[in-house]
Amino acid sequence: MSETKKADAKKTEPKKAEAKKTPKTGKASKAAPQEAVVTSPAPAPTPAPAAPRSSVRKTYKLYIGGAFPRSESGRSYVVTAPSGEFLANAAQASRKDARDAVRAARSAQAGWAKATAYNRGQILYRIAEMMEERRDQFAQQIASVEGVNVAAGYAQVDAAVDRWVWYAGWSDKLMQVLGSANPVAGPYWNISSPEPTGVVALLAPARPTLLGLTSVLAPAIVGGNAVVVVAPDAAAVPAVTLGEVMATSDLPGGVVNILTGAPAELAPWLASHLDVNALDLAGIEAGSTLARDLEVSAAENLKRVVRPAAGYDWSADPGLARVKPFLETKTVWHPVGI
Amino acid sequence: MANSAAQSTAARGLFEYAPAPESRSVVDLKPSYGLFVDGEFADGSGGTFKSVNPATEEVLAEVAMADAADVDRAVAVARRAYDEVWSRMPGSERAKYIFRIARIIQERARELAVLESLDNGKPIRESRDVDIPLAAAHFFYYAGWADKLGYANLGPDPRPLGVAGQVIPWNFPLLMLAWKVAPALACGNTVVLKPAETTPLTALLFAEICQQADLPPGVVNILTGAGATGAAVVGHPGVDKVAFTGSTEVGRMIAKQVAGTSKKVTLELGGKAANLVFDDAPLEQAIEGIVDGIFFNQGHVCCAGSRLLVQESVAEEVVDRLRERMKTLRVGDPLDKNTDIGAINSAEQLAKIRTLTEAGEAEGATRWSPPCELPERGFFFAPTIFTGVSQAHRIAHEEIFGPVLSVLTFRTPAEAVEKANNTAYGLSAGVWTDKGSRILWLAKQMRAGVVWANTFNRFDPTSPFGGYKESGYGREGGRHGLEAYLDV
Repeated sequence: MSETKKADAKKTEPKKAEAKKTPKTGKASKAAPQEAVVTSPAPAPTPAPAAPRSSVRKTYKLYIGGAFPRSESGRSYVVTAPSGEFLANAAQASRKDARDAVRAARSAQAGWAKATAYNRGQILYRIAEMMEERRDQFAQQIASVEGVNVAAGYAQVDAAVDRWVWYAGWSDKLMQVLGSANPVAGPYWNISSPEPTGVVALLAPARPTLLGLTSVLAPAIVGGNAVVVVAPDAAAVPAVTLGEVMATSDLPGGVVNILTGAPAELAPWLASHLDVNALDLAGIEAGSTLARDLEVSAAENLKRVVRPAAGYDWSADPGLARVKPFLETKTVWHPVGI
Repeated sequence: MANSAAQSTAARGLFEYAPAPESRSVVDLKPSYGLFVDGEFADGSGGTFKSVNPATEEVLAEVAMADAADVDRAVAVARRAYDEVWSRMPGSERAKYIFRIARIIQERARELAVLESLDNGKPIRESRDVDIPLAAAHFFYYAGWADKLGYANLGPDPRPLGVAGQVIPWNFPLLMLAWKVAPALACGNTVVLKPAETTPLTALLFAEICQQADLPPGVVNILTGAGATGAAVVGHPGVDKVAFTGSTEVGRMIAKQVAGTSKKVTLELGGKAANLVFDDAPLEQAIEGIVDGIFFNQGHVCCAGSRLLVQESVAEEVVDRLRERMKTLRVGDPLDKNTDIGAINSAEQLAKIRTLTEAGEAEGATRWSPPCELPERGFFFAPTIFTGVSQAHRIAHEEIFGPVLSVLTFRTPAEAVEKANNTAYGLSAGVWTDKGSRILWLAKQMRAGVVWANTFNRFDPTSPFGGYKESGYGREGGRHGLEAYLDV
């Protein structure tokens, strides 16, 4: 019962946060319908030759601690389609943003780990629901960012949504599949179970944008970790939309933090950050000096590192290959007696 | 309190034991040992070094120092044995060799125990009752897995990795060898193992056991040497898997060394475990657990309960009782069956313990040891506790790896958890309380790979062992321990 109450309480959190944000930023996409409601009772304009309506564009910002801040550095970069067409000015995250994101992740991690597996599973499933609703938007974004046709965009969204659903179902099975009761040679009760490793930094692959982000995010958070993900370059466009999905999926703020910008600039700070427990180098070129250097930095506090794999197939069945590296095994002993 | 002290003094008189030395004659030490490569002993090309009995400082044997050329040869031999023999052999056949090894360890247990105590300095009671039986049990446990890997729930088609390079520490020489070699062989890998510089002898006796078991040549290779030998094994391009147990400092170096390679790595590193005692704990048992937690194996235990966290309301009582109990600990000849605390493994380790305990005093903590006479020769250190320790003191956060306990206090469970987890390490933790729900809550809160509740320092081949945070990664033991040696 109390778990249900907790879950309900959490559900309201992101909404509150967003309500506060709206007047300040004004441009958050969520605000649009509200403004429309306010203006609709106004008298209809006279049928003068109206100028064509200019669209309201979205500002692409970071997603840190459940909020959508600009980069503290004030920097942005132009995202263009492969055709050269302008798509967005994305926030270019800085070292300070990376640190803020790690702090937000650390604050959120214990609460997320404490949520019941059932609750976490429902929230991951909710993410899938919210994505499904934005299917057209994501497909368009993927098509323009990756330079593929819209059908390919839809195929990728569908794969990404299905992947969230797949991982959602894992949340309350991991302990049974990965844990064990151990028959020690003595009068002891002995159980091993998986626990989250803590804060994980993820370097998402450049392509496929949405499926790549999903494929590093979902396995890292399903077991109770909080993450900081770097969406490289043009992946910023679907990444920010994914952040909006997160903000409306009952996911507690800070569990997922999204930085957009240059992985080569951000990754070294995350790899050397002493409050980060693990690192997924998915988006770093396999065999590169950067990949090696990041692993060396990560060794300073013995981060768990998932190395990049050349030619990795993001559409293939991922198994638990990205879940297990971010889980610890805890073994508890207790004497048995009367 | 005065009463119980008087009782204890009387008790000490009562328990004045006559020496009960275990005979050394069961061990047939050779004056010198070569490297074990390709099923045979051969001279190394890096010269020799001496292994010393830390309890007497006598030289036990001269041992070959493997250099880079020796590592090259051993890795090539292990690769050949992997390609041509071991990886092709059905699991059911591999299992029989490993079972055989387990049996021979049991048969030669006495010899192994005495040799372990001679070379390491640990009390014969511990090598006889803990190290050697557990080593045999590890081989027995993993032998059974060799033909059942598909049932381990790790993946549909688990495969061996190839050649495993393994570097082990000096605190449990044969047991750490077993933790490394048994799962590696069961999973179909071949092995190049480097025992610690100060404790190579039981590994060399294990090499003889491999010969007795008719293990195909090259499946297990043992290279004695020092840090440079270990670095050469870890860095060798022909090594597919690196397994290391030792200090966090060296673990970090290894993690950097293998960066950018495809080597699979498991690291079992240092610790600074908290042992939490609540006011409702069964104190009699808790005192035994505290003593076992920090004085077992001279405190040369990565998961030692080196930080005692006692609830303030019982702190005085616990420390008083602990002092009384410590007065009955016998320090001395490792081969004496009455000995509780043997020799510190090396002069170097003794110096490190002294440095840190001196820092403890200099930083303002209060030091206490029971009156005890230490042998004139050899490396010995009296069991020691520090009270009035703050979290900022070096003795509260650096691993001492000796019989030295730091005592801190707490008032609330939340404070206990906060202090217990206030460490870069995360290997183990102890919890003493009679309240079931609190045990389970605390076990959940501890950021540590092993939690002992109302017990401490228990080990079993079926039970996964390994750390969180800077205590390393990967697990040894149990079904989980297989994954370190398989491509799943």
